[in-house]
Amino acid sequence: MNWKILKRLFVYVKPLKIEFIINVVSGIIGTIFAAMIPVIVGNAIDLAIGQGNVDFNGIFRNTIILFLLAILCSVFQWMYSFYGASFSYKLSNNIRDEMFKRINYMPLSYMDTKPHGDIVSRMINDLDAVSEGVMQFNQVFSGIIMVVGTIVFMMLISVKVSLMVIILTPLFILVSYFIVSKSYIAFRSQAKLQGDLTGYTEEMISQQKIVSAFKYEKCAIQKFGTINEKLYKSGVDSQFYSSLTNPSIRFVSVLIYALVGVYGAMIVLGEQTLTIGQVSSLLIYVNQYTRPFIEITSVVTQLQSATAALQRVFNVLDENVEEPDKDNPVKLNDCKGNVSIENLYFSYTKDTSLIEDFNLEVKSGQKIAIVGPTGCGKTTIINLLMRFYEPTKGQIKIDGIPIRDMTREDLRNLYGMVLQDTWLYSGTVRDNIAYGCESASDEKIIEAAKAANADNFIRKLEHGYNTILLENGVNISQGQKQLLCIARVMMKDPKILILDEATSNIDTRTEQKVQEAFDKLMKGRTSFVVAHRLSTIRNADIILVMNNGNIIEKGSHDKLIQQDGFYSKMYYSQFEMKNI
Amino acid sequence: MVKLSSFLKKYKLHIIWGPFFKLIEAVFELIIPIYMANVIDIGIANRDKEYIVKMGALIVLFAIGGLTAAVGCQYLAAKASQGVGVDLRKAVFERVNCLSYRQIDTLGTSSLITRITNDVNNLQNAIAMTIRLAIRAPFLLIGSVIMSVMIDARMSIIFLIAVVVISLVLFLLITKASPMFTRRQTKLDKISLLARENLDGSRVIRAFSKQKNEINRFENAGGNLLDIDVAIAKILAFLNPLTYIVVDFSIIAILWIGAFQINSGLLLQGKILALINYMMQILMVLFIVAMLVMLFTRASAASKRIFEILNIEPDILDGDTKVITKNETVNKVEFQNVSFTYEHGEDDVLKDISITIKKNETLGIIGGTGSGKSTFINLLSRFYDVCKGKILIDGIDVKDYKVSDLREKIGIVPQKAILFSGTVEENLKMGRKDITKEDIERALKISQSYDFVSKLNGGLNFKIERDGKNLSGGQKQRLTIARALVGNPEILILDDSSSALDANTDANLRKELGKISGITVIIISQKFSSIRFADKILVLDDGKIAGLGTHEELLENCNLYKEIYNSQVG
Repeated sequence: MNWKILKRLFVYVKPLKIEFIINVVSGIIGTIFAAMIPVIVGNAIDLAIGQGNVDFNGIFRNTIILFLLAILCSVFQWMYSFYGASFSYKLSNNIRDEMFKRINYMPLSYMDTKPHGDIVSRMINDLDAVSEGVMQFNQVFSGIIMVVGTIVFMMLISVKVSLMVIILTPLFILVSYFIVSKSYIAFRSQAKLQGDLTGYTEEMISQQKIVSAFKYEKCAIQKFGTINEKLYKSGVDSQFYSSLTNPSIRFVSVLIYALVGVYGAMIVLGEQTLTIGQVSSLLIYVNQYTRPFIEITSVVTQLQSATAALQRVFNVLDENVEEPDKDNPVKLNDCKGNVSIENLYFSYTKDTSLIEDFNLEVKSGQKIAIVGPTGCGKTTIINLLMRFYEPTKGQIKIDGIPIRDMTREDLRNLYGMVLQDTWLYSGTVRDNIAYGCESASDEKIIEAAKAANADNFIRKLEHGYNTILLENGVNISQGQKQLLCIARVMMKDPKILILDEATSNIDTRTEQKVQEAFDKLMKGRTSFVVAHRLSTIRNADIILVMNNGNIIEKGSHDKLIQQDGFYSKMYYSQFEMKNI
Repeated sequence: MVKLSSFLKKYKLHIIWGPFFKLIEAVFELIIPIYMANVIDIGIANRDKEYIVKMGALIVLFAIGGLTAAVGCQYLAAKASQGVGVDLRKAVFERVNCLSYRQIDTLGTSSLITRITNDVNNLQNAIAMTIRLAIRAPFLLIGSVIMSVMIDARMSIIFLIAVVVISLVLFLLITKASPMFTRRQTKLDKISLLARENLDGSRVIRAFSKQKNEINRFENAGGNLLDIDVAIAKILAFLNPLTYIVVDFSIIAILWIGAFQINSGLLLQGKILALINYMMQILMVLFIVAMLVMLFTRASAASKRIFEILNIEPDILDGDTKVITKNETVNKVEFQNVSFTYEHGEDDVLKDISITIKKNETLGIIGGTGSGKSTFINLLSRFYDVCKGKILIDGIDVKDYKVSDLREKIGIVPQKAILFSGTVEENLKMGRKDITKEDIERALKISQSYDFVSKLNGGLNFKIERDGKNLSGGQKQRLTIARALVGNPEILILDDSSSALDANTDANLRKELGKISGITVIIISQKFSSIRFADKILVLDDGKIAGLGTHEELLENCNLYKEIYNSQVG
């Protein structure tokens, strides 16, 4: 068990002090009441000695006490379970909110490098395991109170018998320890193999087309079988060892039960310091003494996985957030759209430098095309302009003001961005267009949609502007998504544009509409375009040619063709392809 | 019809002996309180120390017997449940491997994966629990009631009432809480949707400076989940107190009525203790029953999902190979009036397509998304079966081939460069045994990957990570081309698959491909530049043929092709 992690978890307990305290206090009181019940039962039994020798008044008194105890006990037990559960849910909810908040202010490199499924699973599955673990821990806690309470009450009845029980208690711990350590090893190897199996299944099934195209089925089934067999062995182990908890602890408890019964009976006969009723109470105590041990044993392995989950959650929370904005930020009110990049150095990783000493002067209204083969790092420039990433050296200025001196929010408000990855959120079409400005009127929204050539298709949707887009907008086509993204930027009316032209996945007719909309958008605005279309490239004011992450050529189309370098080769390759 | 019972058969002995052992344990467990009552009522009453010790020793013996039986049962349960689990997983995986694309599409990949993993695990657990508890719990329940009747028939009414009331409480709480669990799941799904959306859209969200909004949205969804969690907690928190209060009240009743019985000499003190013991036992058993009920509902849903798959008949079957007689024809591939609709699609994806491709020819296919390009090759490889019309390869209907023979003729390079975890060689061979070193070398050379593979650490034995993460996009693409060529296919299909190659490599690849004799090539692309030199270009639009001919001919007479050309040349 990692105590550091638990200590850290305690920070999140503080705001939930009230729930936590009610939980603990009601747990203690409820358990004490519950622990008192056997004493009263024993007292009552002692009052019914035999035929014609029953103290009905005394029994009545005892049953009334029992009745009250039962009710009080239930009330506190309810409070204990309810506050325990709501405490743990609130705890994980607060941590989840903090994770989400933090992620939203982390550098984009985090989102770019970490698999999203993994982060989501930490926010959902791992936190579920944490709240489950907190609840289990609660159970361990009440179990411990139960054990202590039981021993105290047994002490009150008979010190000798309770001493015997205390001496025998390590047997429980020994058995628990044996089972936990055995099953923990088996569980770990099972979890690993389960992961392997899931991974392999995922790989094979999601690529079923390749598997069947190359007749790989038999091999796949064989490989699957090997992992499956291994899983069987560790599965039997973990299932077997963990299922030993109940019978073996039950066994120890019956052992103690028998000893207490015999020893108690001997005392009744010998020293006569115990009554039959008291022996009965002791026996009931021994019975309820067992349960916490069963619970604790079965919970320990789960607690181990909960701390592992908590560790994964804290790993996310430990990621650095972006450097905060400057204290006295400059706000650019009337942006002209002049951009200058001065002595810029940048690389994603420390050991390989990508952009070195890059300079560029862009005047208001100019068009910059960024070209190069797939995967050459064309988005790097966008990342730097938008401050998604920070340059290692040098600076970018807009209208003469270094972008580091502005707040990120103000800076990004100067731009309009349309990426190839057409992201829309699950909401209505209207809300998606008005993404930057919620207060916009319907007229303005429709106007923007018309300007983006999107109005037509939106009206044809079943609920028009109120159509709800499914997760990531799956119920409209790729091209239509792009049109909505353009409309979203139209609404914003920015001075500088960042566009990523679509290469594929758009049918020809929509593509023309998108192109038209792009052209309309670019009119009178400074624009940076990741270009795939010759038309865009040729009439750009400046072309940046990138390869392997570096900017290798810079200039107008004619100038670059004259240079007869990488660009001209790339340009002509479209026409030069030999017959295959 | 495959059923769970056919999987259980193998473990018949485990399934019979397991519960039997458990029954023995339960019998011991039931006897113990009676013997303890004897210690008090006979031993103490007669002041017979020897008797007391004897009884104590007997109880310990029972405990040892019980433990032995229980360990035996747990072992059998573990063996049987894991065994069934392994067999089921294997059967489902095998079945999935014979399903057609159409069937896999309808089921969905992620659902298939959860069926093989989670669902089988759930079922496995339920089997273990059934062996361990399903007999024991009711036996203890009935046994406790019978024991109470034997001790005192009148008092046993208390037991009956308690059992009914506790069962009612459990039933009410479970029925009240279980629909809330379904609602909880939808709230949880919403949270996961928002989280994923946020991660995927981080650039746009920041570009519009909408982080605060996103955080609000997320916190609201979190609040909704919390609300339902708290509501569930409120209900489930009643479980313990209500059942305990019933037990406590029953104990009060036992004490009160017991006092009268003792007074009239019908009952001894020790028996009251025994009755209370049985009462507590019943409580435990009912808790177990409640747990089993929840387990079973989950497991029966899981089993339904598992056996749904096992009972699907694969719909792409081998043809009757006897029909095949070698047919000498110059037409390598022939589509005759082919139409196709996807399972739930409304419109035809391909409409009445007829085309012939001769041996050695190169066919280029161009068109936008949804124009039917990929469907064209899916039908050719018989990943789907045509709805109308016929496809012939070497003059024989593709449905008449043995599926594996058909696919041997065809080498596919998919749009996405997908490689599997394993060595380069394994990825190229893909389990095909008849492939020689020369085949591999040749394929690597043609696909322009020979140089980079020999530079890899370990060459052909270089370990590729899952999804080919340790290779560049271009390298992956070239290896997928090599993989298709390794088997010396008669037909090579390039599905828009040269996008990650730089111009030089692309040109060299084309040159090398041109040198292979006797190979028919089909190239699919969205860019005219990739197909302009094909012998024939098929222009698809909305599932129909919009044009067929050479680049020059199409520029003359096909408007759509002209449009595409103009938009790409500018």
